[in-house]
Amino acid sequence: MPRVRVQPEDFDTGRELETLTSGRRDVGAVASFVGLVRDANDGAPVKSMTLEHYPGMTEKALVDICEQAMSRWDLIDTLVIHRIGALKPGDRIVLVGVSSAHRGEAFAACEFIMDYLKTRAPFWKREETPQGARWVEARDSDDAAAGRWSR
Amino acid sequence: MVTLLYFASLRESVGVSREQLALPSGNATVSVVIDELRRRDTRWTEAFAPGKTWRVAVNQQMADGATPVRPGDEIAFFPPVTGG
Repeated sequence: MPRVRVQPEDFDTGRELETLTSGRRDVGAVASFVGLVRDANDGAPVKSMTLEHYPGMTEKALVDICEQAMSRWDLIDTLVIHRIGALKPGDRIVLVGVSSAHRGEAFAACEFIMDYLKTRAPFWKREETPQGARWVEARDSDDAAAGRWSR
Repeated sequence: MVTLLYFASLRESVGVSREQLALPSGNATVSVVIDELRRRDTRWTEAFAPGKTWRVAVNQQMADGATPVRPGDEIAFFPPVTGG
C-alpha cells in the first residue's frame, strides 16, 4: 500500500526516506525527489505561496499514481508527502521516495510519479508577487512530460 | 440533487465553493450540468465559455463532459492542476 500524506507541516526528508529501508534487507536502491518553492516564477519575484487542494480526491489521486507506478515497475515501496497551505521561498513542497532492488526501476518510477502528480493530483498554487496575487498557470511542458509515459 | 464543488481560480470566478443542484430529468451528464450552469448568469457563462480550460471530477475521479451523473454525486470543477 503506497504511503501518501497531505499536510501543512514540513517534513524531515532523511527521516522519511529512512522509513523506506529500515528493517529491510531487500532494498538495493532508493530514489527520491524534493520539490521546493522558488523565489521567482514567470519573470516575477515570489514572496510567498499558498497551496490549495481538493480534500479526499487528493489522497486518492496520489495513491492511484503510486499504484500505477507499482504496476509498471518492480518496486518495493513508494512514499509521497505533499504540503498544503502557506509556504515561503526555500520551503519544501513535496517529497517522493521510491525503493526497489535496483536503481533503474527506482529512478524511472520516481520521475513517473512526479510527472503524473504534476498533471493529475488536484493541487493549485497561488503566488504572492509585488504586483499582487496570481494563480500559477499549468505548463504545457508538464503535460508533455506526463505524456512520455503513455503507452 | 448533486453536490457541486469549485476550486482555485474557478471558485473565485463563480464566487461559490460548494452548492447543491437539482439534476434535470432524464439521463444527465457533466455536459448537461454545465449547460444548466451556463444559463444562470455571466459568471458561469464566462467561467465555462468555449475556449476556457477547466477540468472536472465526478465522485473524486477525473471525468469529462460525457461522464454520466446521478443524484448524490459529487461533481468538482477546477482549473488544470499546478501542484508539485
